[in-house]
Amino acid sequence: MASKVIHALYSDDDILLQAVKKVREKHYHIEEVYTPFPVHGLEKAMGLADTRIAITSFLYGLVGLSVAVWMMNFIMIQDWPQDIGGKPSFSYLENMPAFVPVMFELTVFFAAHLMVITFYMRSRLWPFKKAENPDVRTTDDHFLMVIDTENNDVEKASSFLIETGATEVSLIDKKDDH
Amino acid sequence: MYTLPSKLKFFAIILMVIGALGIVTGFLSTPSNTEEVKEILASSHDDGHQVEATHTESYDSQSHDENTHHDDSHYEHVLHQLQNRPWSSLYIASFLFFMISLGVLAFYAIQIASQAGWSPVLFRVMEGITSYLIPGGIIMLILIGLSAFHFNHLFVWADPEVVAHDKIIQGKSGWLNSWGVLVRAIIFIGGWVAYRQISLKLSRKQDEATDGKWFKKSFKISAGFLVFFIYTESVMSWDWLMSFDPHWFSTLFGWYVFAGMVVCGITTIALVTITLKAQGYLEYVNDSHIHDLAKFMFGFSIFWTYLWFSQFMLIWYANIPEEVTYFVTRIEDFKLPFFGMVVLNFIFPILVLMNSDYKRVNWFVIISGIVIIIGHYVDLFVMVMPGTVGTSWYFGISELSSVIFFLGLFIYVVFTALTKAPLLAKGNPFLKESKNFHY
Repeated sequence: MASKVIHALYSDDDILLQAVKKVREKHYHIEEVYTPFPVHGLEKAMGLADTRIAITSFLYGLVGLSVAVWMMNFIMIQDWPQDIGGKPSFSYLENMPAFVPVMFELTVFFAAHLMVITFYMRSRLWPFKKAENPDVRTTDDHFLMVIDTENNDVEKASSFLIETGATEVSLIDKKDDH
Repeated sequence: MYTLPSKLKFFAIILMVIGALGIVTGFLSTPSNTEEVKEILASSHDDGHQVEATHTESYDSQSHDENTHHDDSHYEHVLHQLQNRPWSSLYIASFLFFMISLGVLAFYAIQIASQAGWSPVLFRVMEGITSYLIPGGIIMLILIGLSAFHFNHLFVWADPEVVAHDKIIQGKSGWLNSWGVLVRAIIFIGGWVAYRQISLKLSRKQDEATDGKWFKKSFKISAGFLVFFIYTESVMSWDWLMSFDPHWFSTLFGWYVFAGMVVCGITTIALVTITLKAQGYLEYVNDSHIHDLAKFMFGFSIFWTYLWFSQFMLIWYANIPEEVTYFVTRIEDFKLPFFGMVVLNFIFPILVLMNSDYKRVNWFVIISGIVIIIGHYVDLFVMVMPGTVGTSWYFGISELSSVIFFLGLFIYVVFTALTKAPLLAKGNPFLKESKNFHY
């Protein structure tokens, strides 16, 4: 088990983006990149798989739509039929136009909220979670690339990283407890 | 510079010739008296043409009890409807293509006024499409003039006999009269064409300029035009479309027509762009531009549905007789086109264009674009036909050949206009951003 990782700090997002490309060309394994803000194109440069959150969003929307249909049917047709504006109140279909706004809203509501919650879970963020951030400077103006040492020559890797524009390179013992 | 492929030119001319022949056939085959109407109704009975068949059946059962006067007036009514049919088909098809170029003009003005960075590589395509505004506007003016002065019977309010017995139309006649509608139409079309010509000139001048001077001017004029446009477009929709049912009114009708107009316009920009790319032009347009156009097609399709439904639901819910009659007519007599267009304009685009990757696949965009334009043809059909043709509607030679004729004219005018200037607006200050645009 690789117990040591290299931390390379960068001070500019463009340099970081170029560095990520170079590091991957050399077949070093980038474990993670920490940035103070989303860097456009970084996920592509890192070779991360496309997000599947859109698919979950679609499915959650369908759930919301179904809940709305079921809910309005139960409330307005089955449990307590009401006569509103002289509309026949014993048929879901005949009253359907009145329920469309509810169907729309719940579709959006479910899609949006469940998508956010999914994103938090997938990113392993939950209340009282301790920050995984290895270097506080990445919350301000620095960018951190974490590279697996694996079986690589640490000296060679470090000098290569400095060539790519890293302002600071250090060897860190990997903590396994998170 | 773009050169018009002779095949495309030939194709457009063939379409126009076939369409013109069909339009003439449509006019010649309309019945001129009630005797012919009786024959047509009798033969359509045999064909089992549902709409007219049920119509005559219900009439047959009535006529046994009622006097012969009713008999004649009914046939006369159908006669007027059938005589309106070729005019209505011409009007719908003419307006469809006019509205496409007008929608593109509004979209173009928005791009300039918002100083959009993604779209300048498409400006010449948009300018080409808006060139149809002039011939299309002249044809619309002629049709509106003929209808407003009761040369044909498209506008009920233009018939003095009807107005004499109709208190509601009398109350509106201060606004809804022949000269009023015609003069407003001239002002509106004149204003739109004027903006189109001025912005085109400024765009050409900017090509040679060293600073952004002409673009700044265009920016100011576009912002002003958008104010002019949104008022005139709204009033235009009352005059040209809502007045087919002069008793009825809807306060969001202008927006509703606008949504259909813009979605058709953007769809046409995408279709023309993909066509030009397939011919080997527009090499700087990448699939991110197509992606953005498809996003707009998707978004405005939903916007259209939102307005369609808002208009429907409020009227359905309130159920006030003078309002709800509009939808009762459409649901009873136009059930298939009325609900069919929601499938074409909403369900199809939302399912096909929802996936991000599909928006960059050209043939997906083309198919959904064609469906959207057909859907908005049906939308116009359902706006115009119930007030003019009523239950005698049918999609036949008149309707099809009108569309074919105007499609041919549109292709001819637009692609000829594209040859008039380089396909890249090279002086635009946002051109670099637009060329490098990526999603």
